[in-house]
Amino acid sequence: MAFERVLTRNVGKPEALTLRGYKQLGGYEPLAKALKMEPDAVIEEVKKSGLRGRGGAGFPAGMKWSFIPKGKDKPKYLVCNADESEPGTFKDRLLMENDPHQLIEGCAICCFAVQAATCYIYIRGEYTKSAAILERALKEAYEAGILGDSVLGSGFKLDMYVHRGAGAYICGEETGMLESLEGKRGQPRVKPPFPAIVGAFGAPTVINNVETLCNVPHIIERGADWYKSIGTDERNTGPKLYAISGHVERPGTYEHPIGITFREMLEAAGGVLKRRPLKAFIPGGASAPIFKADQIDIKMDFDTVAKAGSMLGSAAVIVMDDTTCMVRSVARLAKFFNHESCGQCTPCREGTNWMELVLKRLEHGEGTERDAQLLLSICRNIGGQSLCALGDAAIGPVKSLVDRFPEEIEAHVRERGCPFPQRRYFQDSLQEGA
Amino acid sequence: MSGQLSDAARAELAEICKRYPTTEASLLPALHIAQREWGGWLPDEAIEAVAAELDLPAARVYGVVTFYDLFHQKPVGRHRIRVCNNLSCQLRGAEEVLAVLHQELGVGEDEVTPDGRCSYVHFECLGSCDTAPMMMVDDDYHENLTPNRVRQILKGLK
Repeated sequence: MAFERVLTRNVGKPEALTLRGYKQLGGYEPLAKALKMEPDAVIEEVKKSGLRGRGGAGFPAGMKWSFIPKGKDKPKYLVCNADESEPGTFKDRLLMENDPHQLIEGCAICCFAVQAATCYIYIRGEYTKSAAILERALKEAYEAGILGDSVLGSGFKLDMYVHRGAGAYICGEETGMLESLEGKRGQPRVKPPFPAIVGAFGAPTVINNVETLCNVPHIIERGADWYKSIGTDERNTGPKLYAISGHVERPGTYEHPIGITFREMLEAAGGVLKRRPLKAFIPGGASAPIFKADQIDIKMDFDTVAKAGSMLGSAAVIVMDDTTCMVRSVARLAKFFNHESCGQCTPCREGTNWMELVLKRLEHGEGTERDAQLLLSICRNIGGQSLCALGDAAIGPVKSLVDRFPEEIEAHVRERGCPFPQRRYFQDSLQEGA
Repeated sequence: MSGQLSDAARAELAEICKRYPTTEASLLPALHIAQREWGGWLPDEAIEAVAAELDLPAARVYGVVTFYDLFHQKPVGRHRIRVCNNLSCQLRGAEEVLAVLHQELGVGEDEVTPDGRCSYVHFECLGSCDTAPMMMVDDDYHENLTPNRVRQILKGLK
């Protein structure tokens, strides 16, 4: 039986961009249903569904909501993480650009569940189009009484705003995001206290990813049992967006039941580009350790990927064919982490810099036989030594290069240069004599 | 510019300030507005104007400006081009896009063409990996690039 698209069901329907069209497609009925429930019952339903965060960490969303203190003595906030910056990830952009009201509805239900009166959608600064579409949708929602002093006439008050970032990967880290929202450098905070207790502006705050929140209306509408019926097992439930890019015939965002195998996913995307052999793939964005082709039959869910020594992360899958130089690829990722390290913790700030330098010298033929061990030593000195997950993320691809592709490092040292010719993608790159 | 935000910009900022419980939280939006007002970058006078408007120490504002990639402290071209060359784009020809820009514009990264028309830089992942290679020109994404497509886009920039 063909899998029924849930999160992307309105993609390709331009009417979903307007409030009227979205309502005709059944939109805002889940919100009306939630508003008639007890807030705690909404949290329970989300807990029961098994929904885990789609931003990278996979933390159970309902449990996160349940950490928010009850009572009205302090304001509470929802910050929607729309800072999608993990290399390889472009799924949230699709959701925002094609179905903005689905996200607004998910945010509204979450706010009602935890009794937050304000929601900020923190969107990366480069996503100007997504931000404009969301602003337009918010305006419509306010005019229709879906947001504002009394959400759908329920008496529940809710304000929702788009807050644009300004280009910093680290602001996707939840406490870095809170700092940035407060108008500061996006340097992550010490935890505890966790944001559920001391979050935005010192108040209890839920932070959820765009895709996570987009699941919520469907869980409320169709129930936790329906939701749980999709996926691998009790701990890996629901539909999932997989963003697949690199050497594939049809890169794109694909919605599959969580736990589809990588092979099935690759086939759905038309296979490896020009039918070349597969060399490697990254299962969960730049932070995830790289798999060799022999993992092709792995189930792409949180726990299976973790057990195999990587992580599902944001489910951004980057495919590499047999012509790809792994050293060059990992050097590019190392450059990214070096650039994006916020500079606060010494092991991450200095270590990511050294990783980039060592990988670049390997690629340029100046590496030594000790470099593989040197890279592992740098990884050991970064791992677990920084406030946030960026340091640990940065060592994932590097460690997997040394562990799983040692022969490529050796070849770079032995041949005093990159054994893979620079691949030309276009015939007409540079005009002669221009 | 006279070292001041325009009245329209100040009114826009005053509206935005109402969204947050602290004034400082309006700093990123304020800097986006100021950068628009000052032609795409933030000279010292822009930073000082924002600091004065939000009643923040200028040093605090500088600290924020230097942290974020979208804020610039030196002049940029009338059109700002950002080329993603992170892994997914690198795997599909981003370096060739950068080479074409270098050849066509005759300047290096982060330099402005003599006529003030363009500047370009490579950039971290812009979330458009499925349409790689890609570049962002001002606020617009240009996707599935080829060298000839890049040349056409450049011709369209005044």
